[in-house]
Amino acid sequence: MMLQMKQVSKRFTLHHQNGAELQVLNQVDMSVSAGECVVLDGPSGMGKSTLLKLMYANYRATSGQIEVQQADGRLLELTQASPRELVRMRRDTMGYVSQFLRVIPRVSALDVVAEPLIEDGAEQAPAIEAAREQARAWLTRLRIPEGLWHLPPATFSGGEQQRINIARNMIKPRPILLLDEPTASLDAANTQTVIDLIQEAVARGAALVGIFHDAHVGAAVATRRLDVAQFRSST
Amino acid sequence: MPTLDNPLPLLRVRGVGKRYGDRVALEDASFELWPGEVMAVVGESGSGKTTLLNAIAARNRPDVGQVEFLGRDGQLQDIYTMSQAQQRLLGRTDWGFVHQNAADGLRMDVSAGANVGERLMGLGERHYGQLRSTAQEWLARVEIDAARIDDTPRTFSGGMRQRLQIARNLVTSPRLVFMDEPTSGLDVSVQARLLDMLRQLTRQMQLAVVIVTHDLAVARLLAHRMMVMQRGCVVEAGLTDQVLDDPQHPYTQLLVSSVLQP
Repeated sequence: MMLQMKQVSKRFTLHHQNGAELQVLNQVDMSVSAGECVVLDGPSGMGKSTLLKLMYANYRATSGQIEVQQADGRLLELTQASPRELVRMRRDTMGYVSQFLRVIPRVSALDVVAEPLIEDGAEQAPAIEAAREQARAWLTRLRIPEGLWHLPPATFSGGEQQRINIARNMIKPRPILLLDEPTASLDAANTQTVIDLIQEAVARGAALVGIFHDAHVGAAVATRRLDVAQFRSST
Repeated sequence: MPTLDNPLPLLRVRGVGKRYGDRVALEDASFELWPGEVMAVVGESGSGKTTLLNAIAARNRPDVGQVEFLGRDGQLQDIYTMSQAQQRLLGRTDWGFVHQNAADGLRMDVSAGANVGERLMGLGERHYGQLRSTAQEWLARVEIDAARIDDTPRTFSGGMRQRLQIARNLVTSPRLVFMDEPTSGLDVSVQARLLDMLRQLTRQMQLAVVIVTHDLAVARLLAHRMMVMQRGCVVEAGLTDQVLDDPQHPYTQLLVSSVLQP
């Protein structure tokens, strides 16, 4: 078991809209094992992204527990974890590919992709060069023209930025990977590459959870499907 | 990036408070900061964030509470029970302080090289050639042309002054750096360069940083974690993206919804 949610609920309280309460997810019980790709189904607005964000500790659960089997073997309960434990969990154990790249000013596409492989505080030249070598392979595979590698991705197209984002968040083979519509603005060839990358991650034993707008992508990668509507609150 | 190997935090702040007459400037602030962690303190003017920064940086003694720093001997020591000489030593070795206005943190009438070398001289380095080569190295790291080493910061632009102030602070490889609005007052393009530099240096040097800012985008880019202050109180704390993407407190929700895409 790599990730387990126990009775997890999420309610948003909007203090500046007369305290309106939105109960998005109610008592979620689910788990994901190594070598699985769980595809989340359900109409938009059902809470699929919210579920992924809870797993990544980007959103804070209103109640319940979220347990993660970390790369070092220790179990971490995300709702009780300290910031430094969560930072480390993300660094070593869990990747998250969102739809959009959050641009870092002045940093080249190559270094944006290589960065997760470079340990903080241990930035010797050979380690950086080895990380860049891998980054070049990822950029090539995702068809980013070489002329763009040394430019910051701020001015890239949506599809290029998305591929940079995929490379950045998949280059380090973490045991858990969350995917939120990673192929939303990709052409057919690049979509197929992402399908291959996902299948390779499953084959190496990673635990994946994903949302795919495109039905054929979901069908190609799913080892199991989960309908999020069942976690919808009745109230 | 924080490590989990240290049994003790680098900085431990417990129940710190400060009043000015009837006005509560800071109430019951507590947190622990670990090596390599960057923490942003955000809030509007008058929220107490600068009072907090000064209290934890031994610049303004709080009325109540404790501020402890992990010495090189592995012991946590209350910074306000230290002698002034100990505090000063800490201030020019293990700590750095980057002011909003670079002129407050630089000596404006001595050369850039001397500004960088001063802390090293304070630690006993006297060899001129060594001081000069270290200064050159640091000017290069903060992207200041080596040809400007003998010029005074008075002749520098705002962005250059701020980069020089950072070099001056980091030359002794401090473990903890306090920053008070280091990027405000700079043009956006100048800000981006400074932010990129701060981001690189904090990671390379494994610096623990407490950065006070009113700019949520600065917090998003630099900080692992965040504390939100209002009227002297910490109203919310957590990972930076948790606080910005899923704000819980009414004040944080207002703060986040008032800006464009932090």
